Order: sequence, then structure tokens, then C-alpha cells
Amino acid sequence: MVDAPVTSNQAPAPKTNRIGLTLADYKGAPSTLCDGCGHDAITAQIIKACYELGVEPHKVAKLSGIGCSSKTPAYFLSRAHGFNAVHGRMPSVATGVSMANRDLTLLAVSGDGDTASIGLGQFCHIIRRNVPMIYIVENNGVYGLTKGQFSATADFGSKSKSGVMNELSSIDLCSLAIELGATFVGRSFAGDPKQLVALIKAAVSHRGTAILDVISPCVTFNNHEGSTKSYKYAKESEIPLHDLGFVPFFEQLTIEMEPGTIQEVEFHDGSKIILKKLDKNYDPTNKLSAMNTLQKAIAEKQFLTGLLYVDEKKEDFTTIMDLVDEPLATLSAEQTRPGKEVLEEIMNSLK
Amino acid sequence: MKTLAANSAQKTEQGRIINDFSIQVATVNGSGSQSSNNVLMRAIFQMGIPVSGKNLFPSNIAGLPTWFTIRVNKDGWVARKREIDILIAMNPQTSVEDVKSLPPGAICISPIELHLDSVRSDIKHYQVPFAELATQTTENIKLRKLLTNMVYVGVVGHLIELDFEEVKKAISRQFEGKTKAIDLNIAAVTKGREWAAQNLKKEDPYYVQADDKTQGKIIIDGNAASALGAMFAGVTVVTWYPITPSSSVCETLTDYMHQYRLDKKTGKATYAIIQAEDELAALGMAIGAGWAGARSMTSTSGPGISLMSEFTGLGYFAEIPTVIFDIQRVGPSTGLPTRTSQADLLSTYQLSHGDTKHIVLLPGTVEECYSMAVNAFNLAEKFQTPVFVLSDLDLGMNNWMSDPFKYPDTPIDRGKVLTASDLERLGKFERYKDIDGDGIPYRTLPGTNHALAAYFTRGSGHNEKAAYTERSDDYKNLMDRLNKKYQTARKYIPKPSMVSDKTAKIGIIAYGSSHFAITESQSQLKTEANIATSYLRIKALPFTEELKQFIQTHERIYVIEQNRDAQLRSLITLELPEFATKLRSVLHYDGLPIDARSITEEIKSQER
Repeated sequence: MVDAPVTSNQAPAPKTNRIGLTLADYKGAPSTLCDGCGHDAITAQIIKACYELGVEPHKVAKLSGIGCSSKTPAYFLSRAHGFNAVHGRMPSVATGVSMANRDLTLLAVSGDGDTASIGLGQFCHIIRRNVPMIYIVENNGVYGLTKGQFSATADFGSKSKSGVMNELSSIDLCSLAIELGATFVGRSFAGDPKQLVALIKAAVSHRGTAILDVISPCVTFNNHEGSTKSYKYAKESEIPLHDLGFVPFFEQLTIEMEPGTIQEVEFHDGSKIILKKLDKNYDPTNKLSAMNTLQKAIAEKQFLTGLLYVDEKKEDFTTIMDLVDEPLATLSAEQTRPGKEVLEEIMNSLK
Repeated sequence: MKTLAANSAQKTEQGRIINDFSIQVATVNGSGSQSSNNVLMRAIFQMGIPVSGKNLFPSNIAGLPTWFTIRVNKDGWVARKREIDILIAMNPQTSVEDVKSLPPGAICISPIELHLDSVRSDIKHYQVPFAELATQTTENIKLRKLLTNMVYVGVVGHLIELDFEEVKKAISRQFEGKTKAIDLNIAAVTKGREWAAQNLKKEDPYYVQADDKTQGKIIIDGNAASALGAMFAGVTVVTWYPITPSSSVCETLTDYMHQYRLDKKTGKATYAIIQAEDELAALGMAIGAGWAGARSMTSTSGPGISLMSEFTGLGYFAEIPTVIFDIQRVGPSTGLPTRTSQADLLSTYQLSHGDTKHIVLLPGTVEECYSMAVNAFNLAEKFQTPVFVLSDLDLGMNNWMSDPFKYPDTPIDRGKVLTASDLERLGKFERYKDIDGDGIPYRTLPGTNHALAAYFTRGSGHNEKAAYTERSDDYKNLMDRLNKKYQTARKYIPKPSMVSDKTAKIGIIAYGSSHFAITESQSQLKTEANIATSYLRIKALPFTEELKQFIQTHERIYVIEQNRDAQLRSLITLELPEFATKLRSVLHYDGLPIDARSITEEIKSQER
């Protein structure tokens, strides 16, 4: 060993992505969530998706509200600015950030309490505006930080850890989002990393609000028998609508599948998501069939996952607002303060 | 012009009262009287006579009573005058009560069919067949109602000898480009004038006479002035939720920005104006935009301020710049949405839970609505914190005379923002560290391309490096630095204006739109009771050194404010307890703009 050349003692250079960054460059601070938390599994897929896509971390703004899920932006992309806002109000903060700097990719994480209860209003309005952002709801059906109260996404009839039955119907965020005119709606499961990473990548490529409702079991307060948001329940009852493959704009399409069974959806940046149909009638670009399928699934208590709905044609908020190309945040004084003659003109009109 | 000036301001010349009276027009909301009232006010203004107009309107679209008061005053007193000299009683619903409230000797112009002469005989009645005159002007039934209002402009114009040419000019301005409307309205005024000339015998002392005191002046409302200030401050993200009396800030701003802030080459917007879903979202958007580097603002009134409480605390604690305009109305709760008040002083000053305190600017004139708006954006970015601009309904929604506004003489100050090259040079970045000893840390904007740039913003406990912490020393350190920053702000916020009378034992302290009533009252106190007063007007919170000196140099202090709980006086007592016994209150909180007579009477009675 003493004679061994120095170079052989060095670890091999870590793999890098298309912009020369390693997977570690996309990580954040260590998680302080419970061991086995579904949220950490989602964090891992966010890191993987951003690394594989070659997202530039400094061009990302991480946003969240309040709750366990909203802590997670600290655990990924430490090279991106992050903003942990107030409870249920992340969408409004995101809207402001998006207007101030249109060059940023907004990567937002919320929870079912943060989105479906206190934040339901802002959830609706960000969808209505189609603010370009990735909006991930880490959905576990309970309030974790306050120790296990039901949230508004808890299914009717599901049982809390202490044995209390939920007697209220749940809010289905995906149905609601589609109804409100969302342009990208996906549902996934923290325990299905392959599907999740493809959906996150597609969401990053989408121009508009991309809603991802991800069932993310709470190992401490909602992982018991009788829960419909447990690992066991989700694993056993997940019905994927399709197998998903994502082809980023910088790669050639190499997937070969049987003709007739696949559907491609192309995004603005040229990336594509490839859907291998499992349910032969499902077309995620058809709003009516998406609504029907979801309503049927709710009635039959099915846990459907996949890309539920996508519309690449609707204008996003930046386009609707007809903003200049340069971020508003960095416009010069010459561009933002009209000249003396303008004030004179206005003053004269008031005389 | 010299002779004109010399001739003017004659209180009585053969029993005439010239350029010193008030007109109140009582109509029904939605009857279109606003145009007539504007024409009347504008024509007087164009004759060179100082004038002000106050719209006392209901929270309603059509049907409820509304009053418009025009005050003509040769000395330039433009605050509300409590007594009405000329009543134009067009609203049958309120006419009896309106007439009963007049002082003896006032005059009342009213539709003949109301028989108001039977209500009171100690006032002079001019009864006019308005309906008939309007019918003679147009056959269009819909237009008749609107034109009736122009008929009263003609009648009162004849009585006070209003220059008809100026009325025509004012009509042309009001209905700019609409020839047909201009002709019809001029015809209606003519009808009123001619009828009055043939049928009324002038038996009152009120006249206008051309003067030169409005030359070069503008007429503007405070909300439009605030909007102009925001535009010239270089605002880029504007968020708002409709609420009376603040809506016209952002609506006017939208018009101005569309005209003057589109990129010259591309025609695209150098700004975003968003009507939010509520006030929570409005401030959330402004905070998000401020964090990402935009110059952001929102505008609201009391109920909106209550909703903005939580986000304001986040802005304060996480140190994010934004500007919040509060056009105060009467509270608590929904209160009187279309009446004025100054009762948000304490709630904005310490808005949100925990230890918070904010920079609050207090404009007292439309010019200050403009200049303080410009200043507010610089202060917000300099101190990385939400800054409030506290206007009110009286200032914001009423028309005021002013000297033209000056172009900002200070450059746009974006505060302590580090770029990628700054970071490269420094080799270190800690978001919440007090490097310069002034309590103001440095920040970076999202999108900055440097490995050191990123940090995590949160409303939970954070240390100098912006990392999460629950450590006592970190928390205390942060709270103390925030306080230090606040102390630094005292040196940069607008100083009070002060007019001292060396003989005065009495000092007056006030803020905001009370200003004009106070200066008028000072004059009344001096001439009527030989009471000399000095006057300090606070223009911002926190307090500055001048306040202490002012109180020290006077025996008694009257704090005059438009709220029930003596909010400013309470704040002074808290901060300068040693002077508590010197302070007395003059409080006005009936929803109407404060007037000089009420102040004068109150001080006289307390001085007795």
C-alpha cells in the first residue's frame, strides 16, 4: 500500500451532468423529518430530476408555506434561493417572484394542510392565473407538526392513529385543479420513484402552473391500518394510468414501443413525455375524459396515478401580463422612472 | 393682475361677501351630479380663486343621498368649512333635514315643488322650476335628470356672478371631445342662468370675483398623487384588491403606467399590476416581488390592513422591502367605508404579532402623497422592510389645489444588494449580519449567479447566516439588530415640519390631512382670542429628535387627530413619558373631515 501511486488513492471523479455539476451539487441541508418520511423520498426525486435535467440551481427559486412538507426546500438545491413563507400563502409569494423575475424556475413545495385548507383560496387563484411554476403537494392526509389532526384531503371513512373515523368528504386536489383550468395535473406516490421523477421533469418543462399531488405517507401519524395514505395502502392500491418516460430536449428519442400504445406530449422547450398506455382509453390532453376518469376513481375509491391532464396551449401569466423580456427586478432607473418631460406633461394636464 | 389682487379679498363691499363662502349640493347618488359639481368647482378655480371640493358619498352605487361641498376662500383655507352658506337642495329625501341644518342667514336653492320655504323662514330661499327648465333643454327623458344638475350650475352661477366663459371652458374640459354633450350641458347652464336673471332677485351677499391666486396650480386628489409618486419611484410590481377609498390609487396608476411605462421599442410592460384575490394575496405578491428584487407595492384601507397583518410581520422579520399604502377610512370592522379617519396609526405602526414596529409615512398634502410615495420606495429598499404610507379618504379621494409636483431630486436607491461580482470580491456572504454597524444587512437577489449568493428566507428563527435556529442568543441577537436598524431609520425618515411662534406657550402637534384645518384654526385662535400657537406636523414614525425639542419648548401641547383614542398622543406618551402631563387632546371622529372651527372651539374651551 505504501508504494501505491498517489492517484490510485483518489476517489474516481464523480459523475457530472450536462452543465458539469454533480448530484451532490443539487442537495441541501440534512433533513430533520422523521426517518422514512415520504417527503424525503420526494426530495430525493426532486434532486435527481434537477440533476438529470441539468437545471441551473441559481436560476431556481424554492418556495413553500408552513408545515413538514414546507420545510423540505431546505433539503434540496442549496445553491438556489429559498423562501419559506406563511401558512397557505406560498402561491401569492410565488406570483410576486414570478413577476419580479421571469427567468427564474419556481419550484414550490406545499402540503395538504397548507394547500387544501388554509391555502385553498390561493391554490385556486394561482391555477387560474397559470403562473409558471412547479407546485408539489406532499399529501399525507394529516397535520404532522401539530401531531396528527386530519387534513382536508383525508378520505371519508379513513381512521386516525387514535382510532377516530374521518366523517367528512375529502377534497380531491387534482379534480379541483382540472376544474379550475390547470394546465398540468399529475398524481403520484412517494413510493413510486420512477414515475415521480418523470412527472417532476415534465413539470419543470411545462410552461404554466404544474400541479403534482404526491401521496407522501406520514410514518409517525398516518401509516397505520385504516389509513388510506399509508405506504401499505398506497402501494397495494396504486393504479398507474400509464408508464411514463421523459425525454429532455437535449436528448434524442430512443424509446421504442409498440405503435398505438404510446402517446407523446411535447413541451415548450422541446422535451417530451412518453406515455405508454395501460388504460387504452386514457388521453391526458382530453379534459372531459380526465374529469370522468377521476370522478369514477373517487367513486370507486381507486388510487390513480400518472399524468392526469396537460394543456400546453394556454398562455401563462407572464405572457398574459405582456412583460418585457428582461426581469423587472433588474430594470435600470432609465427604464422605470419616466423623464422630467412626462411629469411636466401630466402637471400641465392638471392645471 | 396687481389691481385684481388688490381688489380681492374684500370681506364686505357694500355688504358683499366676496370669495369666502361654502356651497353644499345635496343630490341622490348616481344622478350624475359629480360632473356638475366638478364644473362648478373648476370654473371658480379658473377664475383664480382658491377652492376645494369634498365629496360626501354613501357606500352605494345609486339611490342614497350624497353631498358635495365646495369651499371658496380668498385666503386659501381649503379645509372643510363646518357651516354651509349656500345650499343647493336637490334631494327630496334629505331636503328638510338639510335646510334645518343651515345657519341663520344662509341661502337655499331648491326645486319649487319641495316648498322648502315652509320649513324655515330665517334663511333666503330661491325656488326654481328645475324639472321644467330641464324639459325645455332636451326631449330625452334620460338626459333630463343629468341636465337638471347643470341647470343648478347656471342658477347658482348667475347668483354669485360666476364667469360664464369659465363655466363653458370647464364643461369642455369635463366632456372632452364629446361635442354633443358639451353643447347640451352649456345649453342647460344657459337655461338656468337666463331663468335666474329674469326671475330671481338677488338678496344675499355671496359673490365671486376674479383673482390670481390659483395661477400655475394644479387640482388633483391624493390617490392620483400617490399613484404618480409610485410611477416616478420606478415601481415594477403593483398588487391590490379593490377597497374604498383606496381603489383609485391602483386604478389611476394603471392608467398612467399604461401610458408612460411601456417599453419604447417593444411596447411591452416594464411593470406588472395584479388585481389579487384578497388583501392577503395582494401583500403576499408584493412581498414575493420585493424579495426577488422588484420595487413592489400594494394599496388598501383598514379591513385590508387587518388582513395584511401576518405578511407584514414576515416582511419585517425576514427583512423584505415593499410599500403599503393605507388610505384610511372609518373603522372598526367595515365601519363607515366612505367616511374619513386617522384611526389606523397605532395598528399600522405595530402591525402583526410579536415585537414589530414599522416605518410609517404621514402625508398631509397631495404634494406629500406624491413625494412621500417616491421616498417610501427608497426607504423600503434601504431598510429592507415594509414601509407604510398613511393617507386617508379626505386626502385621497377629494380634489385639492396644489403647486405642481417637482421631479424627484434623489436617485433611485436600491439599498444594500450584492451582485455576483461583489460576492466574488468579498469571498463571503452572511445574509443577516450587521457589517456596517447600522443594523442593515446585505442581501442578494434570486438568480444571482454565484455559489455564495443563495440563502434561505424564513419567518421562523434564523441566525446571521439565515439558517434555522431556535437558540436564545441567535433570536435575541436578531431582535436587537432589527431594533438597531429601526433606530438608524430615525435619521433617514422625513422630519416634522415646524412653524414656531416665539411668543406661543401652546404647541400643536398633528399629522396627515388635519393640516389645513389646523393652520386655519391657528389664524382663528390668534385673531379671535389672541392665542398664539406653534405647530409641529409629524411626517413619519418613528419619532425624530425634533418632537422632543418642540414639546420641551412649549407649556402645553394640543395633539390634534381624527380618531377617538388619541392614538398619536398615546404613542408620544409611550415614547416620551416625561411629557405626558403636558399633552392634551383635540379629537375629531365623526367621519367628516376635520374643520378649523371645531378645533378652535375646543382649544378655546380648554384654555378657558
